[in-house]
Amino acid sequence: MSAHQHAAPAPVGGKLLTPVTLSAATLIVVALAIILIRFVFGLGAVTNLNDGYPWGLWVVGDVVIGSAFACGGFSVAMLVYIFNRGEYHPLVRPALLASLFGYTLAGVGVIFDLGRWWNFWHILTPGYASANSVMFEVALCISLYIVVMWIEFSPTFMEKWGMDAKRKKLNKVMFFFIALGTVLPMMHQSSLGSLLVVMGTQVHPLWQSMALPLIYLLSAITIGYAVILFESCMAAAGFRRQMETHILTPLSKVMLGMLAVFLAVRVGDLVVRGALPRAFEGTLQAFMFWLEMICFILPLILLGGEKSRRNPARLFVGAVLLMLGGVLLRINSYLVGYETGDGWHYFPSVPEMLVTFGMFAIEVFGYIVITRRFPVLAAEPAVEKAAH
Amino acid sequence: MQEHNLQSLENHEHVVAAANRLEMGRREFMQFCTAMAATLGLPAGAEAAVAEAVAEKKRPSVIWLHFQECTGCTESMLRAEHPTIEKLILDVISLDYHETLFAAAGHQIEAAKQAAMKANKGQYLLVVEGAIPTKDGGIYCKVGGKTAIEIVKECAVDAAAVIAIGSCASWGGMPATDPNPTGAVGVNKIIDKPVVTIPGCPPNPYNFLSTVVHFLTFGQLPPVDELGRPKFAYSRLVHENCERRAHFDAGRFAMEFGDDGHRKGYCLYKLGCKGPETYANCPTILFGDAGAGTWPVGCGHPCIGCTEEGVGFTKPIHQTAKVMTYAPPASFPRIVEEQGKGASLGAAAVLAAVAGAAAGAGAMVAKNLGLSHAAEEAEKAEKKAAADQKPAEKV
Repeated sequence: MSAHQHAAPAPVGGKLLTPVTLSAATLIVVALAIILIRFVFGLGAVTNLNDGYPWGLWVVGDVVIGSAFACGGFSVAMLVYIFNRGEYHPLVRPALLASLFGYTLAGVGVIFDLGRWWNFWHILTPGYASANSVMFEVALCISLYIVVMWIEFSPTFMEKWGMDAKRKKLNKVMFFFIALGTVLPMMHQSSLGSLLVVMGTQVHPLWQSMALPLIYLLSAITIGYAVILFESCMAAAGFRRQMETHILTPLSKVMLGMLAVFLAVRVGDLVVRGALPRAFEGTLQAFMFWLEMICFILPLILLGGEKSRRNPARLFVGAVLLMLGGVLLRINSYLVGYETGDGWHYFPSVPEMLVTFGMFAIEVFGYIVITRRFPVLAAEPAVEKAAH
Repeated sequence: MQEHNLQSLENHEHVVAAANRLEMGRREFMQFCTAMAATLGLPAGAEAAVAEAVAEKKRPSVIWLHFQECTGCTESMLRAEHPTIEKLILDVISLDYHETLFAAAGHQIEAAKQAAMKANKGQYLLVVEGAIPTKDGGIYCKVGGKTAIEIVKECAVDAAAVIAIGSCASWGGMPATDPNPTGAVGVNKIIDKPVVTIPGCPPNPYNFLSTVVHFLTFGQLPPVDELGRPKFAYSRLVHENCERRAHFDAGRFAMEFGDDGHRKGYCLYKLGCKGPETYANCPTILFGDAGAGTWPVGCGHPCIGCTEEGVGFTKPIHQTAKVMTYAPPASFPRIVEEQGKGASLGAAAVLAAVAGAAAGAGAMVAKNLGLSHAAEEAEKAEKKAAADQKPAEKV
């Protein structure tokens, strides 16, 4: 990254009170009220969870999907620091910010779903830890990663508050945290797939596979790039900034490469296991499988040509489709393709959904506030310079 | 009269005499002896030995002392529903000193006690009813100027055996309840001799009588547990033979007095029944010989654990017992699990609305991005065209 010169990050500035932040704040307040009810009266008071579906929208949406969406930081950091592609450096901070929110909220979101939430600290207490549990691995990894990410992101605050001496000290050991920051998500993103592996035949053959950890990891990395594209497009549209097409176009190529690897593994696994015929049955699972596959395949077509990768509209739609594919993969494997026995049903209740919307609203709200007030996004270059 | 066959004893002169003395038929007398042997858990043939002993042997002299108590033990013995039990008691034993029953008083009765102790030295049974106060030198209970401690020590020296009747004499009972202002203790804390305890508030008279008859028949007291309680009466928990046990096992509990379960005779465990931690034979011979079915649990009141030190008069009556076997949970999980319902109209509508809004917003963003891209491209084309000195008119 050393050879590249980029505009230093700078606060975007502008008003904090906008229709977007106000609606996000409203959603947050509603979600907080529901969470309060849940903590006092229990899960049954607000959710549709039951013994057949002990995990619902909160785990799948806030934690599994939320943390996959938060893989942007990890994906870009891997690209910049491991594959030494310094040209993507301006994307690191905004991506890291989104990851920070995604993961912190995923970690907090787990607590909402714990039956005896007041015992949440047990999992980080050696005497209580069950080292053979996949869930323990996920919990420990995510908790550590949240801490690591706050450390990775802390220079942003230090710059703002003029703590230069400390920032220099931290910079000397930052490589260690960056390394941790790439290893930890690899561990737990794959473990989110392992969680399903241990459920055995309860997961539909279209999703149950020993390759699930790899499928989950590859899709998380791919989604990470898609989320960065999405955020850049949204930031450009929302803050009326220049599109960073010069970075996003090559990035989308990397994304497509990852996507191709993912699809090869995913389809190859289905063929090897002989599960593909199940996709041609007249079931909800088969329908949802095709929906998921379409979302993964369409971006390949949409962004196939170099020219279309320069078109921000196509980048945006492709990124959204990929994210949707990731969402469907997770919902399908955790809920739609999950069957624990006859007669069990689950569909999230309205309060459950409102909490999930609130969680995403926190991310939007926080992202806007922090980018407007802290140096995250690259300083807007003079309009002429945009062409590079 | 050495034959150990009850039927052959039926016309024996001693048996006939004993039956006449007790104003009961010979058959009734035989039945009584059989019941006594059965209560004691004695083997077949022992009923004849019991009949022999009751009919023939010299009645043991009994000196009965009262200390801190309510005389309930004596009352329950004398007011028993069983028509002849009090006669049986008074016939089986020779009650030489009993403050409640004796017409004599003052020096006269004290002299009678001294005389009985002297005449039956080493032979008499000492029965103690009531706890003994030890605080401040035992001054809180005095008879004839002597403290309870002095009296019980004096009487115990030459006694053949010592029986503590009732919970008070057994371990302190009700007078020893916190804060125990008189320092009340049981007899076995005062004397060194082994004491057979018959706890209960009051104990079933049969348990006392059976102990005495055992002494009469075999010349020794029945086997006892580590607390001095006769094993024939106190080796099983009330819980084990309780008539409501099936309800306990099925998880059917009365939750409050007068509720549906209480009316239906469900288990009283959750009302604080101490049956699961109290050793007594109440479920089999019932309580106080008060008639058929009448014992606390049979009447719908939880057992208070009166025979068990540390339970009766110590634990609150409605505190749930410490179950020795398996303690039922405060509530059982539902048998029918809710399996969840599909999407409600509202939930589906909210999700659809949000998905629609997101799709719309996404489409708009895409469209705008596309438009600005098109504009940019057009601008580039325009610049190119401008180089040709021919401005483009439209995109």
